[in-house]
Amino acid sequence: MSEKYAARSRAVAARVLDGEMIIMSATDSTLFSLNDVATIIWQSADGQTPLSLIVRDRICVEFDVAQEDAYRDAKAFTEKLASHGILQVSDQPIRDDEPTGSVRR
Amino acid sequence: MKLIERLNEKALVHGVPLSVHLDLTYRCNERCEHCYLEHDDRGEMNTSEIQNLLRQLAEAGVFFLTLSGGEPLVRDDCFEIIEFARALQFNVKLKTNAILIREKEAARLKALAVEQVQISLYSHRAEVHDAITKVRGSLQRTLAGIRVLRAHGLKVSVANVLMKSNASDNEAVGALAGEFGAHYMLDPTITPMIDGGIEVLRYRASAADVAAVFHNSALVGNVEQFCAPPQAIDDSILEGLPCSAGHTACYISPYGDLYPCVQFPLPCGNVRRQKFADIWRNSPQLAEVRSIRAKDLETCSACSHLGSCSRCPGLAYMEGNMRGPSSVDCEKSFLRTQIPSAAMMASGLSQRQAPRSSLVQIQLSQSKNGVASSVAAGQPIN
Repeated sequence: MSEKYAARSRAVAARVLDGEMIIMSATDSTLFSLNDVATIIWQSADGQTPLSLIVRDRICVEFDVAQEDAYRDAKAFTEKLASHGILQVSDQPIRDDEPTGSVRR
Repeated sequence: MKLIERLNEKALVHGVPLSVHLDLTYRCNERCEHCYLEHDDRGEMNTSEIQNLLRQLAEAGVFFLTLSGGEPLVRDDCFEIIEFARALQFNVKLKTNAILIREKEAARLKALAVEQVQISLYSHRAEVHDAITKVRGSLQRTLAGIRVLRAHGLKVSVANVLMKSNASDNEAVGALAGEFGAHYMLDPTITPMIDGGIEVLRYRASAADVAAVFHNSALVGNVEQFCAPPQAIDDSILEGLPCSAGHTACYISPYGDLYPCVQFPLPCGNVRRQKFADIWRNSPQLAEVRSIRAKDLETCSACSHLGSCSRCPGLAYMEGNMRGPSSVDCEKSFLRTQIPSAAMMASGLSQRQAPRSSLVQIQLSQSKNGVASSVAAGQPIN
């Protein structure tokens, strides 16, 4: 299994509304509402922490879910957000000055 | 229910100001004949004051931030303010005439991920547009601005105002917007001056021109539906709110004055003297605005148009009573349906005597399947 890294795009608007994370892509104006798990991934997506560690140390600690299932869902989620320019996903750590909102392999 | 509708509902329940319109300046490099503003600087908030305000807005939950003017780009710190707003993760919409937008500015707006740039465009003909803006060459400069923004992939919305002088040009302006790949909005409204002055109303388009727009399927979509007789009034309509002004949205002037809406000049406080949140939560004026339901409206609550009228509480307020009718919206209802409003009948106004203005914004955008259009009540785009 290759490691994945995710970094939040700077090309988004985001706000927490009564505990609900709302994100809008400036690229295509798509509006997203993130659930609790997705919010953890979003907030942890610093480009440096491997997705597997986010799943193991944050999601599996806070939610009763198998690590393998959680990782599969997290990977699908990050790739979906990347397709809207909201996250950058890479096989390597992502520097802060890299262009955001793309999938890099 | 769409996500945005659910968010609006949630914001309403929790008293969150989801949208704020902030005018950075009333100064402008154009002098549009129909403009509702005076352009002298009476002491704008400085950079630090605006940054402090933006922090407060973010903390209060504001998500949609419209930066406008005047012409916001005449401020030397405009990009600094936009950058600050984007760092606070607002969804930023910029309203401008694009005269000052060149390659460098467009690249900067793209880099800052401004979600949308709305640009005023009154005609495809220089002799008409430039006469309205009173700036020679303004059409060419505005078109150049639109072109460079689109070249950088920015979402552009072209905003036109229907007036006597440009009434015959609106379809050509819509076509021009389409060529640029821009959204098109046509507003048949000339609003009174923000200080209540009505001298600009002489530029209003004729009733026949407004009616023609309302019956143009390229602009309103399904004409039969758009101009249909009003629906029956039920409890959900009677318990409904007049609009989002003061409920989930507000307006802040360059001097820090807070109003329910740019078109609703009811002073509710000043962010230079009070915290934004204190005004938002505790203003007696906002409390009064929030207390009003459709059933409380004088005359309008008994009007057959109540469920479909674009009645603007701000325009009603400028006519003297925020619970009263907005005569310009009465006229629009009449022009759509040929059915007089309750206020028109009560005052004995005939069609010819009906007061003139309008608020409904007709929006036109190019879609894959051709022209897509929508109609919504909203703030003035002039």
